[in-house]
Amino acid sequence: MHATAHDFPANAKKALGDARLQGTLGVIEGNRQRRAATIARLPEWDQLREAAKAIKTHTLKNLDLYLERYEAAVTAAGGSVHWARTSAEANAIVTAICRAAGARRIAKGKSMIGEEMGLNEHLVAAGLEPIETDLGEYIIQLRGEPPSHIVMPALHLSAADIADTFRSHHRDLDPSRPLEADQALLDEARSKLRQAFLSAEVGITGANFLIAESGSSLIVTNEGNGDLSQSLPRVHIVLASLEKLVPTFEDAAVILRLLARSATAQEFTSYCTISTGPRRATDSAGPEQYHVVLLDNGRSAMLGTPFEDMLRCIRCAACLNHCPVYNAVGGHAYGWVYPGPMGAVLTPSLVGIEEAGHLPNASSFCGRCEEVCPMKIPLPKMMRHWRERQFSHGLGSPTPRWGVRLWAFFATRPRLYRLAAAAAAWALGRLGAKQGGFRRLPLAGGWTGTRDMPAPQGRSFHALYAERRR
Amino acid sequence: MIEARQQILASVRRALGRDRTPGDPSVIAQHIAAHGRGPQPRRSQGDHAALVERFIGMASEASATVESVASDAAVPAAVSDFLGRENLPARLVASPALRPLSWDERPLLDIRFGPPEDKDLVALTPSLAGIAETGTLMLVSGADTPSTLAFLPAVHVALLRKRDIVGAYEDGWERMRAAAAEGKPPRSVNFITGPSRTADIEQRLLLGAHGPRRLHIILIDG
Repeated sequence: MHATAHDFPANAKKALGDARLQGTLGVIEGNRQRRAATIARLPEWDQLREAAKAIKTHTLKNLDLYLERYEAAVTAAGGSVHWARTSAEANAIVTAICRAAGARRIAKGKSMIGEEMGLNEHLVAAGLEPIETDLGEYIIQLRGEPPSHIVMPALHLSAADIADTFRSHHRDLDPSRPLEADQALLDEARSKLRQAFLSAEVGITGANFLIAESGSSLIVTNEGNGDLSQSLPRVHIVLASLEKLVPTFEDAAVILRLLARSATAQEFTSYCTISTGPRRATDSAGPEQYHVVLLDNGRSAMLGTPFEDMLRCIRCAACLNHCPVYNAVGGHAYGWVYPGPMGAVLTPSLVGIEEAGHLPNASSFCGRCEEVCPMKIPLPKMMRHWRERQFSHGLGSPTPRWGVRLWAFFATRPRLYRLAAAAAAWALGRLGAKQGGFRRLPLAGGWTGTRDMPAPQGRSFHALYAERRR
Repeated sequence: MIEARQQILASVRRALGRDRTPGDPSVIAQHIAAHGRGPQPRRSQGDHAALVERFIGMASEASATVESVASDAAVPAAVSDFLGRENLPARLVASPALRPLSWDERPLLDIRFGPPEDKDLVALTPSLAGIAETGTLMLVSGADTPSTLAFLPAVHVALLRKRDIVGAYEDGWERMRAAAAEGKPPRSVNFITGPSRTADIEQRLLLGAHGPRRLHIILIDG
């Protein structure tokens, strides 16, 4: 997918003024409440988080060995592993497999790696017909839009938008059919997509985990679409990035207990499907070919850097759902596949800080993302790393750069800082005494554009703190 | 291709400092052989009767329906009564593994054994295990158990023996390994918790997205 992360400020401004989008974003509140209630029922939650972190850390520290072990196990089960350094390589591999299979139609389960690769565009250009089968992905594919959320891709749309989309694309159906009820929309999509499952020659899915001990891929779904995509067509292609590996089924179980609860507030997703190789001589169903496309795309370069922790991410989207910035602007404003705090850290790693420099700055540093992250990823710390790199590479606009320099000058001279802060507070207090606040302040237009700056009430925090300690 | 593989592995090794000290394969061999379990939720522990209760409770919470029968002999009647209650035609497709049940006692039940087709409305399958902690069924593929039965038809009726109810997912993996041929897991293993669902329309929950709209579990005593 083509990145427009450099447009974040303009995108965000547009999103804030979009009343319809602001309405659909409101549903995230319900997810947060349900999630908290589900987690409260599992007293072992924090122990599981620690164990999950340890599993991923162990795997990453031995990633070369686990990759080789995994590949050997896939091969032993009759499947093949295809290594891809870049999205372009991965797209070429998928296209070649489809062509060799004489495929025309491809049933796709939801895959963020597929989004990252821009796979659909590529397949269409190659004369193939990829059909997204997850309801949310299907809707946005019809609309030609990228997902706005990594778990709920059509979060930005209302039921009325979806009805309009179906009316304009399902031209073979009666135009006057009623589509007001959710059930009518679902039934229509179900019957359309059933044809895709049954007629596709190739099924493509992502993977939530790759299991090294047996060479298995594991996906979780609620709709059952990924499961049909990988069992009905003749060929199954799994798209996965390097960090999806876990050593054993026991290790997967630890993280599975975190994933659904954290993502959708469910005790478990409806389906968790594990595939090991193609159909065997004795099997009565399943694909004849099983391929795994293993994508690096910048991840191996994150190992051993301050961004290594990000490779523990399981794409549950809890950080998006709890982020005040994501909740205000939605996913499209971030301008690439991964939005929210996890995107603010990952996107610069994958597309470059020059393109995505705004994203690590799109944070209020409230720390909720790290607090809720089931894999205990220190997201704010990594956003700060990006900000430091941005500063030291001389990127970003001049005003904040000079602002930071000016602030650093005072901050490293505590006496001067206190004196200046006291003087500024006194002056602002006097100036704003009458109205109790400021509508506008020089150099702070971004802040005062949407709210008033309250006038300082008197003495500084330093002064009060010193007094109370006595 | 070979170049991509070598380059990715080289890049990983460099990042891990393996150019100085090579990786020790015994570290991962030990980790895998240990099959070490993480923290086991308290709700996955307890005596068997408690686990059966928990399984029923959690499966019902996930919108599955559960009924109990005394023995294998009671299954054909339970299946045909379920279809009658739900106003479904007396027709179903079933796992070949279930052929030995006493279907002759219900001659009006039109039953076919094999993988499902698009027109099939109801599927009947056995289960390898039931997992109490989340009310989850565990199905495995094989010669007599095509995996597509659990996904394509609109109604899934699953048989589960009470003695196959275990506490935790890890207990399920143990059963899977015990049933595996040549140390390989079955080609497909399906954990199923309630019927198919989606919340992609304004986050409102709807059942029956692509998989079954109904999941009915028949628990067999013994």
